[in-house]
Amino acid sequence: MNDQTDVARNKEESRAAAQAALTPPVDVFEDATGITLLADLPGVPKDDLHLQVEAETLTIEGEVRLEVPEGMEATHAEVSLPRYRRVFTLSRELDTDKVSAEFRNGVLTLRIPKAEHAQPRRIDVEVA
Amino acid sequence: MYRSLFANDMYAELDRLQREMSRAFEYSPSIRGAVRGGFPAMNVGGTPQSVEIYAFAPGIDPATIEVQIEKGVLTVAGERSSSLPAGESKASVHIAERFAGSFRRVVTLPDDADPEKVTARYRDGVLHISIQRRETSLPRRISIQ
Repeated sequence: MNDQTDVARNKEESRAAAQAALTPPVDVFEDATGITLLADLPGVPKDDLHLQVEAETLTIEGEVRLEVPEGMEATHAEVSLPRYRRVFTLSRELDTDKVSAEFRNGVLTLRIPKAEHAQPRRIDVEVA
Repeated sequence: MYRSLFANDMYAELDRLQREMSRAFEYSPSIRGAVRGGFPAMNVGGTPQSVEIYAFAPGIDPATIEVQIEKGVLTVAGERSSSLPAGESKASVHIAERFAGSFRRVVTLPDDADPEKVTARYRDGVLHISIQRRETSLPRRISIQ
């Protein structure tokens, strides 16, 4: 929002882990070459979406930023927290170096390919 | 033969408690209800000059969202197609939580909302509808027929 926010970001991020967050709904499906994950994160601008892969943990975090007129009083709120967070455990056959992400209209699409060695292979049966 | 003494009664009691709890936390029991967990999720707020409605509807082409105000009732309707692979493909679905299908949500507007002064914007998957309030403080002219 302003300069101060940027300076405070690191502190904010370390604190974020302890803050309450909404769980975004996701779709996850798998085909022969990898896993696709879609997550609904409405209200999160691209710059406030944080994706992290550490060891075998995938963390999706986002801060909701809405244009709110000055002096607005909320009368009904279904989205009651200004942030989303969801953590997934990945499995070893996934290639975390080749994760690709797209974020459009509040929907995150993640593609996590399987490592070369984990791709399906046809095994020839030899006849002795 | 084993039969629990009051198992049925206990579950009925728990059920009743749960229903009462959710009713106690339900804010503003309007005639149209306030269905939580519906799509899109909605936040409503107001300033002295306007009524602000936020519909959290990610992944929708803004051109296909239908926003209508009729007799003081705001309707937001549209459709979101499923992103899951079709049945014949060789993919397996592990989690399917995202909403898919057509939706319609209705909000009763306050009496002073002016249906002529509405702006609707779609950004980052949130539809923000701002409705100006009528300036009731101004003297109104009444025409004589």
